[in-house]
Amino acid sequence: MTRGVNDIGGIPENQVEQTEHDYALWEQRIDALLVLLTGKTQIMRVDELRRGIESLDIDAYNELSYYERWIASISKILIEKELFTVAELEHRMAQIQVQGESP
Amino acid sequence: MPHDHAHGPTVDPKRLAYYQRMATAVRELLIEKGVLSEEDIETTIKEMEGRGPALGARVIAHAWADPDYKARLLSDGSRGVEELGIPVDGTRLIVVENTEDVHNLVVCTLCSCYPRNILGLPPDWYKEAPYRARAVREPRSVLAEFGTLLPDSTTVRVHDSTADMRYLVLPARPTRTEGWPEEKLATLVSRDSMIGVQPAKNPEG
Amino acid sequence: MKPTLKPGTSVTVSSRDISGHMRTPTYVRGKTGVIERCCGRFRNPETLAYGGDGLPKQVLYRVRFLQNHLWGDYRGLSTDTVDLEIYQHWLELDS
Repeated sequence: MTRGVNDIGGIPENQVEQTEHDYALWEQRIDALLVLLTGKTQIMRVDELRRGIESLDIDAYNELSYYERWIASISKILIEKELFTVAELEHRMAQIQVQGESP
Repeated sequence: MPHDHAHGPTVDPKRLAYYQRMATAVRELLIEKGVLSEEDIETTIKEMEGRGPALGARVIAHAWADPDYKARLLSDGSRGVEELGIPVDGTRLIVVENTEDVHNLVVCTLCSCYPRNILGLPPDWYKEAPYRARAVREPRSVLAEFGTLLPDSTTVRVHDSTADMRYLVLPARPTRTEGWPEEKLATLVSRDSMIGVQPAKNPEG
Repeated sequence: MKPTLKPGTSVTVSSRDISGHMRTPTYVRGKTGVIERCCGRFRNPETLAYGGDGLPKQVLYRVRFLQNHLWGDYRGLSTDTVDLEIYQHWLELDS
């Protein structure tokens, strides 16, 4: 049976690492973005966020951290919905890299 | 053979910087296109910061102190929480009670669904593979890792948040707390006791 | 419109093997449990995930499974359970 990368109930796994960290500002901003996109602006659904995350290949799914997965998915969904284009996003990211803007 | 990936999220600084740039770019583009404002984001962050385990602890403490409220809370979790003036914003909450006979544990195997409006943002371990994979298959082993050992006669009931409902565990009221005011009872209620990995704390001494 | 299933009704989760976004984990496919409660009607996440409106709403149930029916190597009590929320279109009535 095909199993989505996220469909992990019951698979063998390691001990739970009971680490926690305070949410960094960049993570809080992504979280807030999703709340606004699915709430006030009604631009996307949390189901679309999940589908976007599930479309990551298994290595990306396992290696990216939680909010890295979120922003990868949000970008994909917003491009699908034509809020901006791939070119616009890449251009802006390049500008930010040049400016050295902190998150 | 355990799932073959690095322990927890690997931190590759270049990759992290890439995704942080992406987050900044997405935010800036959306603001420029008038979809949302910087103020919206700041307000939303503040609202989320206002939600945390202290809200859940109030609910639990009130349920311990007031049996009629507890009954209402168990029959309709969302309504019960709202009764205390805590807005649930559409969360469909089910509250499950720990007793001598039954211990409840909450997980979202498919992602990280969590009663955010009552407990705030979830801990890292709740969202990562080891907990998500093992809580449904070997709950007692997971509980033991959190230091929780149940009597041999206690049934373990795991709740996997697969769809629209969210779950809050009502831990058993610790003994030697007769007559305690609710504010004091609330100090015994940890976030982890409302997820179900631990019982409520015992009174000191 | 399908009538709602009553608590205690025995149901088996479909073994269908499809791609796309779904909220029925592999570990319960083909497994038999009982209806714990009806949660109400909700928009279908399988179509919401692709930009659809999720209509018509689907009936959602909480279904309770015995752990020792799910896992051949389960270590715990025979009364231990897992409760999941499953949409009606994934459930087959046991005849």
